[in-house]
Amino acid sequence: MSDFWHMGGYAFYVWTSYGIGFLVLIIGLIKPLMLQKKILRELVLKRQRNQRVSKS
Amino acid sequence: MLPWLTALLIVLLAYGLYGGLVMAPADYQQGDSFRIIYIHVPSAWMSLFVYVVMAISGAIGLIWHIKLAEIVSISSASIGAAFTFLALITGSLWGKPMWGTWWVWDARLTSELILLFLYLGVIGLYGAIEDKRTAARAVAILALVGVVNIPIIHYSVEWWNTLHQGATVTKFDKPSIHPDMLIPLLVMAVAFKVYYGIALLMRCRNELLQREQNNRWVDEILEKL
Repeated sequence: MSDFWHMGGYAFYVWTSYGIGFLVLIIGLIKPLMLQKKILRELVLKRQRNQRVSKS
Repeated sequence: MLPWLTALLIVLLAYGLYGGLVMAPADYQQGDSFRIIYIHVPSAWMSLFVYVVMAISGAIGLIWHIKLAEIVSISSASIGAAFTFLALITGSLWGKPMWGTWWVWDARLTSELILLFLYLGVIGLYGAIEDKRTAARAVAILALVGVVNIPIIHYSVEWWNTLHQGATVTKFDKPSIHPDMLIPLLVMAVAFKVYYGIALLMRCRNELLQREQNNRWVDEILEKL
């Protein structure tokens, strides 16, 4: 197992590559997910505002 | 559809990573450092593939004024930029132990860097123009001009003397790589394609919600929340 983590002496290069790769791909999914939440929240607020305006 | 794609992505990644990191034997010249290939090569392939998708859908939007094509085009840009960035970073991390340098200004590396700038240019240009339909048209033209870079990147290792090795998989002969190493690589490549599909769908959805926010179907979605 420790051989596996050691990567024949190239541990730093291999694991940094995989780490950065993983990080970049995850961020690429989380960002649009958060944006979607934000858009939907704003749209709901907007519609509530419009309803209030039309009632008064 | 997104949950299914995500499940598929996880299975493919698990299989590809296990095959690549555990099962595949170490390379006889490069030892274990060659395992960077399973991130580097799929990202590099995708950086070209996404660019072509972006340019073609940009062209479709430009010619037939199809809104969805514009949205696919612009949504691809940031994903492609991420792949290009990954290809460059992992290439650098691979170059240091193998070539003894993080970076050289040779043909393959430089043309891939230009690709990153093209993506960033597309993103910046789209953000700079207020009217999104005008922005999409401007971006499509930039993307189409940049297409010239794609064959340059692909053939750069043949046209010029470069430090970067030639193609091992995408050539007409049999791939010069052992199946134990090749199969995880292909699995990872498919996994990256699925990832692109997921990321693209999510971004298109956001873009559509923003553009069509006064439409009836948006009302229906909001009512369900």
